[in-house]
Amino acid sequence: MSEFQDAFVQAARLLGRADPELLEIIALSLRVSLTALVLACAVGLPMGAALGVFRFPGRRAAVTLLNALMGLPPVVLGLALYLVLSRSGPLGFLGLLFTPTAMILAQWLLVIPIVAALTRQVVEDLHEEWEEEFRSLGAGRLRSLFELLYEARFQLATATLAGFGRAIAEVGAVLIVGGNIAHVTRVMTTAIAMETNKGELSLALALGIVLVALSFLINAGLVAVQELGRVARG
Amino acid sequence: MSASRGRSGEAGRHRCGPALVVVALAGLLGSAAAGPAVAAEAAPYIVLASTTSTRDSGLLDWLIPAFRARTGIDVRVVAVGTGRAIRLAERGDADVLLVHHRPSEEAFVRAGHGVERFEVMWNDFVVAGPREDPAGVRGLSDVAVALARIARGGHLFVSRGDESGTHKKEMELWRAAGIDPHRDWGAGPGAYRETGTGMGATLNVASELGAYVLVDRGTWISFRNRGALDLLVVGDPLLRNPYGVILVHPARHPHVKAELGQRFIDWLLSDAGQARIAAFRLEGEVLFHPVRDVDPPAAPGASSRRIGSP
Amino acid sequence: MAEGARSAAGFGERGSILPLRVEGLGYRARGEWLLRDVSFTLRAGGIAVLLGPNGAGKSLTLRLCHGMLRPSGGLVSWNGPPAEVRGRQAMVFQRPRVLRRSVRANLAFALRARRVPRALRDARTREALAVTGLDALEHRPAHRLSEGERHRLALARAFVVEPEVVFLDEPTASLDPAATAALEGAIRRVAADGTKVILSTHDLGQARRLADEVLFFHRGRLLEKTPAESFFRGPRTPEARAFLKGELLA
Repeated sequence: MSEFQDAFVQAARLLGRADPELLEIIALSLRVSLTALVLACAVGLPMGAALGVFRFPGRRAAVTLLNALMGLPPVVLGLALYLVLSRSGPLGFLGLLFTPTAMILAQWLLVIPIVAALTRQVVEDLHEEWEEEFRSLGAGRLRSLFELLYEARFQLATATLAGFGRAIAEVGAVLIVGGNIAHVTRVMTTAIAMETNKGELSLALALGIVLVALSFLINAGLVAVQELGRVARG
Repeated sequence: MSASRGRSGEAGRHRCGPALVVVALAGLLGSAAAGPAVAAEAAPYIVLASTTSTRDSGLLDWLIPAFRARTGIDVRVVAVGTGRAIRLAERGDADVLLVHHRPSEEAFVRAGHGVERFEVMWNDFVVAGPREDPAGVRGLSDVAVALARIARGGHLFVSRGDESGTHKKEMELWRAAGIDPHRDWGAGPGAYRETGTGMGATLNVASELGAYVLVDRGTWISFRNRGALDLLVVGDPLLRNPYGVILVHPARHPHVKAELGQRFIDWLLSDAGQARIAAFRLEGEVLFHPVRDVDPPAAPGASSRRIGSP
Repeated sequence: MAEGARSAAGFGERGSILPLRVEGLGYRARGEWLLRDVSFTLRAGGIAVLLGPNGAGKSLTLRLCHGMLRPSGGLVSWNGPPAEVRGRQAMVFQRPRVLRRSVRANLAFALRARRVPRALRDARTREALAVTGLDALEHRPAHRLSEGERHRLALARAFVVEPEVVFLDEPTASLDPAATAALEGAIRRVAADGTKVILSTHDLGQARRLADEVLFFHRGRLLEKTPAESFFRGPRTPEARAFLKGELLA
């Protein structure tokens, strides 16, 4: 168990003296994952809400596909995205491989199904409850959709967090399309994988502790904002 | 009075979801904090496809700053196994290739993917294994004999099994020993194990199982999780491991930064570059030997920069 | 008692959607007629109570009148173009939903959905809160209200859009006596304000307390439609007599 002790000591030491390389990696991790998350929400929330409210042919298949994509292994997506972004691939001319943009793209694609599928579930349940009320009031589809999204905001916050969790913890895809290049595309998870491969187990674990602490802070921050919102309203 | 009430009534509608606020704020913070990384993208750079052994030993962290100081060109390293590095370069996803498996490198150039192969340096492989050495190979100078003993005795051996340069080298050595590791194993199959992963991960497995393993000296020295593994066989000329550097052919991939890449290759082969390689030390040991005799400058304790190093 | 109390307040110039005429109304689901040959006319003012045991077709009739369902036979006709009439009705469903927002924001939601002009919203909100006795709870989160308060909020949400007709489907089925009394008070005030109230109930006591007019349903048919007074004094059908004695089986 001495590795764990070492890891905690190292984690504290790294954070304590604000190791510049560590800070750079944390900043890049946050930038990549949060950008991916915001973009994924921009697509996933409306997509999920539309699937929850509208009825159209192929909807059931779309829902099943979305649910299945939640379990897509990041490595598979990373590989597919690599082949697309590679210089020999269809989008190679963009020169995006081994850039943070490619990593954002990968995480964006990984997070969309999570946000969309969870949103679909929440909104569909709510829509079932509210459908008659909306019809009675003569609220249009889009109005209903907007109201339901706002009504589901707390559940959607949870869906968003789940998406963030997937993004920040993901290693397979960003390793392939990012390349783990120092100072350019090295994020928490790829650094952890690299240190593990170097046999620097306690350093890797220390980075892992920092990652968990970071996720914890972000989650706690969101909960605090929610509580503030409730107090202000109630 | 009634106006103010009216406003509070409408507030419910316009109040953004708290989640969105947090996400937006965090996104801004993240982008702001990542400023330096964005700035770095503006400098001229090349992408070097190389192997984990050159990165993880710290050699590239020792060479690249010196090159950058002289030329202003940054080198972005994508470190993977030799097999994957070559495939990356074939697809045009790197400008320069620095790997260690001569036959593959020559094939790469013959196929028109690379301009020309230059030998830059060499290091050596070693055989590590459990301290108690059940196969009794410690101190043998003939690696073929050592490997044959391990196989015949049916002792645990962990292989990369990933088409990397190290794995290809290992296959060469088995051929030299007259052994097919998948068939000629004393205790039957199962004792010869392929991890299909990188050197570090494979060493982690070997250390856990107390197995024999072929490893490049650089990774061995810098590897922290040796457990009960010891260095057992060194020094056989067969264990030499030459590194070649190749410019990806701009005729095949027009976007390749041929000029910048060529400058990196020229520098590696220059007196300055060769001297820099010779001066590299990992924990006081020489790891990489330049192909040309140069006078190593009085070595200022070279070290690799890694997270957490002061 | 409430006849025309608000007719001067705005209905005059746009004309009333009442009377509601129902002729030969029928509804069939999965091959079975749940409602057969129902005909009646309801005029402005007062509280009409659809009374009868569970499964008699009361809620179904409300939904058909409100246009939530399409009749399998017969006609529901209002005095006005079909596209407009629902906009002048509102319905409180049996299990009222409230949004996870303040009481006031729940009303704002209904006003938005009905596209009520902003300038009118504040006054209507205050009126609806006063009528339902929720003034003090204006800023309370709706999900922290008691069951009875929640039902009154649902009524306020229906009333706030200033409908000419409010449908209430078994409004007190799940409430205790005190909450029931409070809600019934609110319903009376809504009716007194000039809004036509059409409610369904199986609660005899409630019908006695509220009804100006009783429509008695049994097994998918309308058996009687009479002023409340005469219904309770002398029901004409044996089913209604049995129901009043508490002996009618659904």
